[in-house]
Amino acid sequence: MTETTPDLLYSEAEEDLRAAVRSLLGDRAEPASVLARAEAGTPYEGPLWHALGAEMGLAGLLVPEKLGGQGAGHREAAVVLEEIGRSVAPVPYLTSSVIATETLLGLDTESPQVASLLSELAAGRRTAALALPFSCGPDSPQEREELDGTVSAVADGATADVLLVPTGRGLYAVEAAGAGVAREPLTPLDLTRPLAALAFDGAGGTVLADAGTGRAAVRRGLLAGAGLLASEQLGVAEWCLTSTVAYVRDRKQFNRPVGSFQALKHRLAQLWLEVVSARAAARAAADALATASPDAPLSVAVAQAYCSGVAVRAAEECVQLHGGIGMTWEHPAHLYLKRAKSAQLALGSAGEYRAAVAELVGLPGPS
Amino acid sequence: MSVGADELLGLVRELLASHPPATTGPGDFLKARFDAGLAWVHYPAGLGGLGAPRSLQPVVDAALEAAGAPDNDPRRIGIGLGMAAPTILAHGTEEQKRRFLRPLWTGEEVWCQLFSEPGAGSDLAALGTRAVRDGDGWRVDGQKVWTSSAHLARWAILIARTDPDLPKHQGITYFVCDMTDPGVEVRPLRQITGEAEFNEVFLTGVRIPDAHRLGAVGEGWQVARTTLMNERVSIGGMRRPREGGMIAPVAEVWRERPELRTHDLHQRLLTLWVEAEVARLTGERLRQQLAAGRPGPEGSGMKLSFARLNQEISGLEVELLGEEGLLYSDWTMRRPELVDFTGRDAGYRYLRSKGNSIEGGTSEVLLNIVAERVLGLPAEPRSDKDTAWKDLAR
Repeated sequence: MTETTPDLLYSEAEEDLRAAVRSLLGDRAEPASVLARAEAGTPYEGPLWHALGAEMGLAGLLVPEKLGGQGAGHREAAVVLEEIGRSVAPVPYLTSSVIATETLLGLDTESPQVASLLSELAAGRRTAALALPFSCGPDSPQEREELDGTVSAVADGATADVLLVPTGRGLYAVEAAGAGVAREPLTPLDLTRPLAALAFDGAGGTVLADAGTGRAAVRRGLLAGAGLLASEQLGVAEWCLTSTVAYVRDRKQFNRPVGSFQALKHRLAQLWLEVVSARAAARAAADALATASPDAPLSVAVAQAYCSGVAVRAAEECVQLHGGIGMTWEHPAHLYLKRAKSAQLALGSAGEYRAAVAELVGLPGPS
Repeated sequence: MSVGADELLGLVRELLASHPPATTGPGDFLKARFDAGLAWVHYPAGLGGLGAPRSLQPVVDAALEAAGAPDNDPRRIGIGLGMAAPTILAHGTEEQKRRFLRPLWTGEEVWCQLFSEPGAGSDLAALGTRAVRDGDGWRVDGQKVWTSSAHLARWAILIARTDPDLPKHQGITYFVCDMTDPGVEVRPLRQITGEAEFNEVFLTGVRIPDAHRLGAVGEGWQVARTTLMNERVSIGGMRRPREGGMIAPVAEVWRERPELRTHDLHQRLLTLWVEAEVARLTGERLRQQLAAGRPGPEGSGMKLSFARLNQEISGLEVELLGEEGLLYSDWTMRRPELVDFTGRDAGYRYLRSKGNSIEGGTSEVLLNIVAERVLGLPAEPRSDKDTAWKDLAR
């Protein structure tokens, strides 16, 4: 078992990045507007993504400078995702700037098609989505023999410009608006991350890599996506904890702030401890990805097995401890609950990641 | 100007040259190390340190360990190192610091802590042990409990009530008690494991000179808070390798005994393995924050995590063992010098770990502390803060 000591802190530059992203999302992705856009059936707002992905250059954090990106890394991308989780911002950052981008980085970046697509994604001019169900994790790949066929529950599948489709013949890049591609938006549990069903029927696509290379690249994309999703889950959990603590400090019942009752204090202190622990797990995963550590698969599996549950618990406690107000459509708690619960299934379940841990550290099940 | 790593390593080389570990007795080496300011480098010069940043201590420790230098068995003298020393440093007179710190650090003198009482555990400030003025000193009567190392200790840190007419947090005074004095009686307290790792201590007419008072009369609670803060920092703050701690023996049994595996136990083991790894990372993150001079509030939570995990993991291990889990190694009463979870059987670990959520502050009290000091939640209304101690219901 290899073991390295990850850097679990935030650098000053990362804190500056956080402040900039938080300020932008605070102005442009406040819960009321997120909800209004979701209700209007247009959750993704172009100007917000333009400001975040293109103007701030965040879409290209993972892409080396010579390919048109910022040449930063997973630690910085993780900070962006924490802030996206904290505001449940509806932006295709995880799907396009992390999963699709990381998949492309696993291919031959000297190839003109790969390089030009990467630079477009890095510039935030276009977005891409991996044409796999959002529930699919690095250890549960689903691949069809042919390009023709259907894929359901693809995150950001309806809004992406380019679809990356893994098949037994190789990894295809397909223009989403091209002929032979049908995209049907689905009604998602998580209103802030749209899902679509995709149908390919005689669509034209470019083969970016053969099946073996494509498979490894998709695994790389999903692993990075899963590892950094832990940071988004941390952001969700943090918002839930912070807003619940603020609420129970003010809300009075029985002539006292409800936050002075020991039963509630213990629950919130316990939740704080889990959030603090989730931060360490998420930072370890981001650092392992950033340093291409041999520990990365284990760090990601640990982070996913832990953080997904913490985000759900935080959101469930948030609804419960807000009392009736937590059940209303007006209060943003439900947006966080829906994001947390969906993210629990996204990119592989906690059970799948526990199985990965069992494999990686040699704790096999009964035969 | 602060002392840097290079200078410290230079001093380590000088110490090793003047006192080669191979030919120097452990006691003499430790005294020389203290006098060189390499005991706890952040303490003042003359008191075992050099006023260097605390984060440089691991540099010194590693260099000395690499050279095969003896160490002072910090676990055996943990109460002295972790609690008495920082309290004496913060509140003691110059004379007290000079008298107590050196033999404490070298392990020549073991310390214990006379805080908890049968009627004052979590509600520590309710303590009833009395200290009454008696000429140029004090006469102390009362009973203390859960005192580790009392049977080995030369000295104790003691809190006692000096004014029962004041509310309970006032009217307490902090002393250093000589455990060899007449009137100090130590009785083993047999525990759930069958062993007597702790003691009851009966104090009957014990005479303590005023020179052994730590801090002002009536300000013992403030002094005790220094001790308690350091106690919690020292619990759960160890650096661990992956799969270190309590998860190690159960993982080992799992690997070596495939016939014991079931699906249910597998899921529970993996969940706990992940939680133990996350707790380890959380501790590591806290350590990195401290080293960077940015301490976070995570420390208040680490003891809670480890207590729960130790209990759940050792409970799982007993179940995993099936028929063997029905057995226990030995109920003979013994008096171990150390609490040592490794090298003992699962049943012992299961029973002993029940204390992890009680000793050094119960998990319930620590959750209140996190809720109030970290999250800023309001305290529950209470009636005991402004009432004279003597008028409180007991």
